Order: sequence, then C-alpha cells, then structure tokens
Amino acid sequence: MDNRRYELNKNLAQMLKGGVIMDVSTPEQALIAEDAGAAAVMALERIPADIRAAGGVSRMSDPKMIRSIQDVVNIPVMAKVRIGHFVEAQILEAIEIDYIDESEVLSPADDKYHIDKTRFKAPFVCGAKNLGEALRRIAEGASMIRTKGEPGTGDVIQAVRHIRLIMSEMRRVQSMKEDELYHEAKALAVPLDLLKFVHENGRLPVVNFAAGGVATPADAALMMQLGAEGVFVGSGIFKSGNPAKRAQAIVKAVTNYNEPSILAEISSDLGEAMVGINENEIQLLMAERGI
Amino acid sequence: MNGKAAIGVLALQGGFAEHINSLQSIGLSGFEIRRKQDLSRPFDALIIPGGESSVIGKLLDELDLFAALKEQIDGGLPVFGTCAGLILLANRFEAINIAVKRNAYGRQAGSFYAEAEMKHIGLIPMVFIRAPYIEWVGPEVEILAVVDGHIVAAREKNILVTAFHPELTNDIRVYEYFHDSIIRPYIR
Repeated sequence: MDNRRYELNKNLAQMLKGGVIMDVSTPEQALIAEDAGAAAVMALERIPADIRAAGGVSRMSDPKMIRSIQDVVNIPVMAKVRIGHFVEAQILEAIEIDYIDESEVLSPADDKYHIDKTRFKAPFVCGAKNLGEALRRIAEGASMIRTKGEPGTGDVIQAVRHIRLIMSEMRRVQSMKEDELYHEAKALAVPLDLLKFVHENGRLPVVNFAAGGVATPADAALMMQLGAEGVFVGSGIFKSGNPAKRAQAIVKAVTNYNEPSILAEISSDLGEAMVGINENEIQLLMAERGI
Repeated sequence: MNGKAAIGVLALQGGFAEHINSLQSIGLSGFEIRRKQDLSRPFDALIIPGGESSVIGKLLDELDLFAALKEQIDGGLPVFGTCAGLILLANRFEAINIAVKRNAYGRQAGSFYAEAEMKHIGLIPMVFIRAPYIEWVGPEVEILAVVDGHIVAAREKNILVTAFHPELTNDIRVYEYFHDSIIRPYIR
C-alpha cells in the first residue's frame, strides 16, 4: 500500500468521526441502522452476544450476506476478519469492503502474527486495550483504532478501562522528556516514530473510536467524554427492545455528548436495554485476544 | 487576513474539527454548531463539513436546526459545503441549483487524490473520499473545477461547494477564496 492510499484510508475514518457504527446481520437491520443515522454499518452474521452464546469457532461472514448489505445502503460497510487471517482479508478486499475490522470478536486464526495490513489497499480498523497495542496495530498498517472493550456483554467497564488507559498513557508520553522516548518505545514494544507522534501531538496518528459493551446513550456519551472520537455499537442495538429508537438516541448522544439536558431527553422511554452479562460472569475474555 | 469574520462549522458528525483547524491557520475563528442554542451567537458564514450526508441530514431535523439554518442561507449567508456538505446544500437546503450523484466514484476503493486546476485559485490538491460529483448545473452556477470530465467544485452567489476535502490538505487557498470572494463582500 502506498502512502497516498494510507492517507485516503485514514481520511475515511476522519469522515466517520462523531458518528456511530452499528453491527447489523441482515439488509433489513442495515436499513434500520442507516435510517437511524448510523455513520457506517458492520456486517456480520452473528452479533457478538450471539457469538458468545453459541460458542464454537466464529469466522468471517459469508460474502454473499455482506454483499446483500452493500447493495441496500449508501453508507460505508465494514466487516470482520479473524486476527491474522489475511486470506479472509483478501476476500473482503475483493468485494470492495469499505473497512476491514481485524477483530478479537471472531476466533483468532493466528496466535502470534496479526495481518500485515500494509499489503492491502482496503483500510483496516483494529482493537486495542492500551497504547502499545494501538501503536503496534498502526505500525502494521491499521488506519483506525477502536478500544476492545468486552463485546457482546452490554457491560461498559472494559471499554472504559481501555479508553482511560490509552488516554492516560498518551498524556504520560506527551509529558516525557525527549530522551526518555527511546526507552519508552522499547518498554511498549512500539516503533519510535509513532511514539514521537504521540509525544508531539498528544493523540494517536489515526482516529480512535470506542467499542465493546456500549448499550445506552449514556454509555456512548461517557466514551465520548473520556476522549473517544466516535462509537461502535454491536449487540446493544439489535438486542434491545426498540432498536430503531435506541439507535437514534445513541446517534444523538454522540453528537451532544456534553449536553446533559439533551441526554436526559433522549434517554427517556427507550424500552428494554439488552440484558447484558457482567464482566465477572463471563467465561471468555475476547479482549485478551491479539496483543 | 482580518480575523473579524466568525464562522460557524456544523459539528453534528464528520470532519468538522479539520475545518476549524484550517480556519485557524488563516487567522479565522470557527466555532461548533451542535444544537439550536449555538445559533443564538451571531456568525458571518457557515461551513458544512464532510461526513455522511444521511447522518448530518437526519440530525439537522432531530436537533431542530434545519429551518433556522435554511432561513439564514436563503437570506444570503455565505456557506461552504464539502462532500456531504455539497450534497446537503443541493438536495436538502436547495441552496444551489445543481444535480448531485452521491458516492459517484463507488466505495472506498474508488477514493483518490488528484491535483487539478480550480478557477480563481490555480492548481490545488484534491482529496476525494467516497465522493459525489455534480452531474448538472443551473444557468446561474459558476463551474470552478472539473476532474476527469466531472464537475467537482461550483459556486452560485453565496454558496460554494466542493466534492473534495480542502480541510484534509495543508493548502488553505480555497478558504482564502471563500473568505475574500464570498464572506468579505457579504460583511460589507
């Protein structure tokens, strides 16, 4: 991938900022999401809560299903591949997916190597739970980062932990003396040039969204106030009582995340939220996949 | 450049922060418009950024901003729309008499960079991200740039639109043009 293409891919993520990216499993759900104001949709056969319930190996979705969603919406369509599964990524690139999510939600295909994303023309978003993971994924060619959170739980605690950690690590790097960066790069196992960017700018060189456990407008606004530039919502919408209304409310919450009066209004009368599972009740910590 | 003009930047979704940074680099101050109360502050011009036009269009209605902005735009407020902003100015605000094709270059794989001539400015870098282009212009519309046979920038009176994103480059000449040729005569 040449530099120009990488810039264009980072630019697409910039255009998604302040937006909500929603998991959808069918063209009907994709239309509900688009109509509710989704900035993009993530096409996957099973949303994380169902992957969690079903167990077994979860893989890239059927390209036919992804295409059926590409056919009905005008907004960007993303889809997931297993960590390290570069052939799944080649397949998604062949169907002109707008963004590939190399995702810990699916079963990892490689327990050592992530995909060399610099070899692709298609853009990649990757999960991270700390600054080291984020910068390693960027070094591998990711043009967008999201916190891992804990997908399919409806429990926001992990997403909060990850965004807080990434933000505080960036503040720490920003305040370092320049000669301390060499050791810090070694300690974090990240390239020095990316660490220098964080030191100088106090932010990642790519857009950073929050993901994993966001279920309410208040959750979404919380992530924005903690420093996320947008939000992925997976199971939280289509596992709730009134998906369209909840989706609209989360979209508005991300725009007016700093306005409690607006948040109060849109949080009212949303119907049942997804039931959710507490962090300490779950068997499988997806966030531990791919470091 | 004088710093007198206050420019509202519609900040509902998309690349609004980049516009505010670009304005700052030519000594202008941009402020975010996210809700109706933000319109109580006087402003001399408006920027509608790139993003997803369906999202911004929906939030304009939901947050009750559309009618108030439409009134000001129809009253001659200078407005600059990029990408999704172009689509909204043409299709929602009906502020410029053009026909637009959304996602005209296809999906992200069709996004591209070009350097091309913009009338009154010269050769400028142009970043197209899942961009639209203009298929037809009315008699009052001035065509400002054409890339590969497609119209990608145009102006009608107080309205300036580009299918590309000047806010994603370091070239600030489109902003200078907007300020000098559209905002300044309006303030006077």
